[in-house]
Amino acid sequence: MKKLFLVLLLADAAMLAYAPVLIVNAPYEATMGLVQKIFYFHVPSWMAMFTSAFVCGVASFFVLFTTRKTADRVGAAAAELVVVFGLIGLITGPLWARKAWGVWWQWDAKLTSALILWLIFVAYLLLRRYGGAGSEKLAAAVGLFGTANVPFVYWSVNVWRTMHPTTAVVPSLQPGMRGPFWFCALAFLGLYVVMLTLRVRLENRRAELETLYLAVED
Amino acid sequence: MTFLQTVWLVTRKDILIEARSREIFFTTLFFAVSCVLVFAFGFVREGKPVEDAAAGILWIAIAFSGTLALGRAFERERQSETLRALLIAPISRPALYVGKLVGVLMLLAVVELIVVPLVAVMFQAALFEHALLMLGLLVTGTIGFCAVGTLFAAMLVRARSRDVLLPVLLYPITIPVIIAGVRGTAALLQADVDLPMARAWLSMLVFFDVMFITLALWTFEPVMTE
Amino acid sequence: MTRTYRKVVWSAGATLGVMALLLALGVAQPVFAAQPPASTAAQEGFVPVKDVPAQEQLPAAPLVMAAYAVAWVAVFGYIWSVWSRLGRVERDLAEVSRRVDKGARR
Repeated sequence: MKKLFLVLLLADAAMLAYAPVLIVNAPYEATMGLVQKIFYFHVPSWMAMFTSAFVCGVASFFVLFTTRKTADRVGAAAAELVVVFGLIGLITGPLWARKAWGVWWQWDAKLTSALILWLIFVAYLLLRRYGGAGSEKLAAAVGLFGTANVPFVYWSVNVWRTMHPTTAVVPSLQPGMRGPFWFCALAFLGLYVVMLTLRVRLENRRAELETLYLAVED
Repeated sequence: MTFLQTVWLVTRKDILIEARSREIFFTTLFFAVSCVLVFAFGFVREGKPVEDAAAGILWIAIAFSGTLALGRAFERERQSETLRALLIAPISRPALYVGKLVGVLMLLAVVELIVVPLVAVMFQAALFEHALLMLGLLVTGTIGFCAVGTLFAAMLVRARSRDVLLPVLLYPITIPVIIAGVRGTAALLQADVDLPMARAWLSMLVFFDVMFITLALWTFEPVMTE
Repeated sequence: MTRTYRKVVWSAGATLGVMALLLALGVAQPVFAAQPPASTAAQEGFVPVKDVPAQEQLPAAPLVMAAYAVAWVAVFGYIWSVWSRLGRVERDLAEVSRRVDKGARR
C-alpha cells in the first residue's frame, strides 16, 4: 500500500513537472489566443473537484447508514479537497474570463453552479469546525444533501442563463490540444488521489492519537 | 399509533403552543414585512419597482422569514428540553420529522397569506392573475425550503453556533428552490406571460420536494441518534 | 523551544506566501494599468475605430501566468499544510506512546 502510494506520488510529480512543456507546445486557440491555455489547469481542477464532491457524497452516505469509521475520515478529507480544487477553478476562471469576456465574473450557468457547490462544501467544513461535538454526522447529512443537489443546481442555473463554452468542447478538442488536456486531467486526478490519501492518513493518525490519549487518561 | 396520528399529535402540540403565545408568528411576520420594506429601497426607482423586483423580493422575504421561523421553532424545543423527550418517546422518527415540518409549513402559510397580497399591492404585481400556478409555486417552493430546513434546524439543535450555521447550510442547498420560485413568479409577472416556463419551474420544484423529503426521511433517524 | 521554532517557521511561511501572492498580483499589475484612463482628448467627441489599437488590448500572458501561479500555490500550500499537520500529529503520537510505555513499565 505504502509502496503504491510512493509510486503514484513520484509518477504524478513527474507528470505535473512535464505538463508545462506540453501546455507551452500546444497550439493556440483561434479567437481567444494565449489566454485559452488556462484551460489545461482550469478544467482538470473542476474535474478533480466534482470527483471529490462525489467521493464526499458517497462517504457521507456510509457515515449515516453504516458504522464505518473510515467513511467519516474520507468524507472530511474529500470535502476539504473540494474546497481546494474549487478555489483553483474559481480563481483561474475569472482570470480567463477577464480576457475572453471582458469581465471578471459572469452570472453564467457553470460559474454560478460551481460557486454554489463550492459554498455547500465550505458550509460542510464550517459545520465540522464550529459545530462542536458530534457534528461529523450532521456534516455527513450536509455532504449527502449537497451531492444530491448537484443535478438540481445544474438544471436550474442552466435554464437561468448560459454563455460558458459548453462541455462539448472537451470531446471535440483538436489533436494538438487533446493530448495535453487529457494529460493534465490525468495528472490532476492523480494529484487528487495523492492529496486525498495524504489527508485521510492525517485523519487516521489523529484518531490513533485520540485513542492513545484516552488510554493514557485511564 | 399510526404514522398519521403521530404526525398530527406532534403538529397539534406545536400549533397549541403557538396559538397561546403567537411569538413565532408575529416575529416572523414582521420580519418578512421589514424584509419587503428594506428591499423596496434597493429595487424601487423613481416610484416604480425595477423589472422582476416583486418576484425577487417576495421569495427573499419567504426564505429569510422561513429561516427565522425554523430557528425559533427548534430553539423553543431546545430550551425546554422537549426535543429530547420527543426523541425518547416510542414514536417513529420520520413521523416526528413530518410533524415538525407540517407545523412550520402551516406557520409559513399564514405568513405568506399576508405577505403575498402585500407584495402584490405594494409593487403593482399581478400575483393573482394566474392564481393556480402562483399557488403551486408558493406551495412547492415553501415545502422544498422547509423540507431541507426542518432537517437542518433539527440536527443543529445539538450543535454549537447553530444560529449562524442554519442559514450558512440552508441557503446554498436551497438555491434551486429560490431560483425556481423567483424565475417562475417572474415568468407569470412579466408583460407577456410565459406559462410553459412557469410550469417547467413548477415541475422542477415538485422533483426537488420529492427528492429531498425522501432523503430527509432517510437521514432524520441517523442524524438525530447520538 | 520547539513552540517558538514552530512559530518562526509559521511566520516565515506566511511571509513567503504573502510575498508570492504580491508577486503574482504584481505580475497581473499591467491588467489594471491596461484599462484606458478617461482621456482628455475624447471630451470634445469620440472617434470610432473598428479595432482596439494593439497596445490597448489586454495582455493575456500575465493572466495565464497568474492562473498557473495560483494553481501551484494552492496545491503546494495545501500539501504543505497537510504535511505539517501530519508531522505535528506524529510528534504528539510518539510523545504519548513513550509516556504509555513508561507507565506500563512502572
